[in-house]
Amino acid sequence: MSLLNLSLIVFLGVLFFISYFHISNFVLDRFGQRSNNRFQFENSFRVIIFILPAFIVLFIFILYPVFETVRLSFYDKFGREFVGLYNYKWAVNDPEFRRSILNNLGWLLIVPTLSTFFGLVIANLADRIWWGSIAKSIIFMPMAISFVGAGVIWKFIYEYRGPGDTQIGLLNAIIVSFGYEPQAWLTIPLWNNVFLMAIMIWIQTGLALVIFSAALRSIPKEMIEASRIDGASELKIFFSIIIPYLEQTILVIWTLITIIVLRIFDIIFAMTNGEWQTGVLANLMYDWMFRGGGDSGRGSVLAIVIMIGVIPILAWNLYKHRQEQKI
Amino acid sequence: MKKFTYSSILSQLLLLVFVIIWIIPTFGLFISSLRDKDLLAISGWWTALTTTEVNEIYRMSGMASQIQEEDYFIIKGKLFENNPGKKIQSFGITSKKINEFEIGEIAIFKDKSEVTIDENGNYLWKSFNEFKKKKGKRVFTTSLSPPSFTFDNYREVLFKEGIGRAFINTLAVALPSTLIPLIICSFFAYALTWMKFFGRDTLLAIIIASLVVPLQMSLIPILTIYNDFGALFGVAAKSYPGVWMAHTGFGLASTTFLLRNFLKSLPNEMMEAAKVDGASHYDIFLKIILPLSIPAFASIFILQFLWCWNDLLVGLVFLDQVPSEIILTAKLKELLGSRGENWEILTTGAFVSMTIPLFIFFALQRYFIRGLVAGSVKG
Repeated sequence: MSLLNLSLIVFLGVLFFISYFHISNFVLDRFGQRSNNRFQFENSFRVIIFILPAFIVLFIFILYPVFETVRLSFYDKFGREFVGLYNYKWAVNDPEFRRSILNNLGWLLIVPTLSTFFGLVIANLADRIWWGSIAKSIIFMPMAISFVGAGVIWKFIYEYRGPGDTQIGLLNAIIVSFGYEPQAWLTIPLWNNVFLMAIMIWIQTGLALVIFSAALRSIPKEMIEASRIDGASELKIFFSIIIPYLEQTILVIWTLITIIVLRIFDIIFAMTNGEWQTGVLANLMYDWMFRGGGDSGRGSVLAIVIMIGVIPILAWNLYKHRQEQKI
Repeated sequence: MKKFTYSSILSQLLLLVFVIIWIIPTFGLFISSLRDKDLLAISGWWTALTTTEVNEIYRMSGMASQIQEEDYFIIKGKLFENNPGKKIQSFGITSKKINEFEIGEIAIFKDKSEVTIDENGNYLWKSFNEFKKKKGKRVFTTSLSPPSFTFDNYREVLFKEGIGRAFINTLAVALPSTLIPLIICSFFAYALTWMKFFGRDTLLAIIIASLVVPLQMSLIPILTIYNDFGALFGVAAKSYPGVWMAHTGFGLASTTFLLRNFLKSLPNEMMEAAKVDGASHYDIFLKIILPLSIPAFASIFILQFLWCWNDLLVGLVFLDQVPSEIILTAKLKELLGSRGENWEILTTGAFVSMTIPLFIFFALQRYFIRGLVAGSVKG
């Protein structure tokens, strides 16, 4: 496709949606004025015009797929024959699946916890230091970069060369200078997961940081000043005032990062492609979408397992939403 | 009040450690992308920051370039292209003694031919007998190389490796994928906030629930729909409009949610007054809501745009991996696999892919952060 054609379809694509709203509303404005019971007629049509595109997209891309994925998980690889629990039984007995579940659990345990922790500590430190906002900017920056880009960046940290050669990976250069053997970090089972998680923590700490920074401003300054005058140490203030005060925010950030980590795919796909026992559910699913011509049954089971992870969060959100509606 | 207490110095130090750890990886990539591609693969990026000693092997020219001067046969040449900073310190003619000779000294090979090298890499190789080999002999040099940076890698990558095209493709994916949800969700959010209709609360609950549904749940069914659609109408199953709509679908819930939160905060009286004056909902939307929502739009635009720009999975599943459709992240992943040892392409490509996000980050950080903070409330 030539560049001209490409920009043309981009333009037309966006124009299509703008014209839909403009033309339909324009017609309704004209037409509505002639009808007798104007308001009722106009309003019900207007509602349809306003919500229809979003509703269609919502239906096709979220609602229908959720049910379809559940259905497909009970069907064979082509989605034609009903096979009952066959795909689920396969999953339970598949060593790759078990490995992925364990890895996912590891990610869920470590990444949100450490990102939240670092974010909180850094937000606190930066809040009291004059060059704090520059520091925050720097630590927040990885949030703007793609996971694949981050993968390339960290390749320079983890790169391995044989023992005699010059190490061009920073981590190996450091340990070699201390007299140790260089390591192929990403191929050491179990530990390689931790090295991949480090990349994610490096990215997500920025998210925690900015949200905590905003939340810190809501803590009354007088309270902290008062306890300082009473002789409380900074550590004491951190644990006795700031953490209890931010409890709600900590929970929010922790869940937010949990949701992101649950669908983690790019970093592992780019760095190890799931080799050396680093696979997670999303990677295994991608694999089964195309492996052997694609297996929609097994792929769907894997998607559902990821979905099960977010159901508690989903239920909690809906519960909170209903509480708010009551007020 | 004392300005410098132990605890304040300690916190400054601690923060400094965090900052250094966080910036080193990106800094390393940036430096690497500006280095000479041959040096990239043989020395760490940190060595580029100071003058370093490098050992190299060069081969002199062979018999074809010899000239005869009086009794001698002479081959003249340069070991390396002009490199103003690079100065040879010593050289050798065997791999066992690579710095046997100083600059200006004469080294004698086994066949009695003599060679001298100056510090800029010019050599003079002469012999009584005619040179008979096609390839010249090897010489080993030790030279000091000051920090030197070049944009050559960028030039090469942008035009030769298809990264430039991938950049445009990504733009063609990300722009509509951000604008379309913004358009349809602003009307949707308006209806959910200011219009009364049957099923409104249910719809809102569905949006809240959709916020956390992982996009993996949608991949297989949508891929099937696209394949069927393509087969039915005889068009390609994977196309730009397909990706736009997929991104629209996956970004719909959060965009609507954020916009609704914003609209809810606007005063109700304004709408009522406009309605009394006979304005339709569309008038209100265009003339009152739209101008007021610009800051909210900016935040949401940035969030969704970055999400689409940085996405890999959607681009991988819903686009063909051909030059006219491949996006930057997919291209980078491809390079990681096939050209993993061509560091100059990888580093530069990665940096090219980061230009737009980094620009947004530095220029529009305020809106970016505002969007993130507003979005976090949903947890």
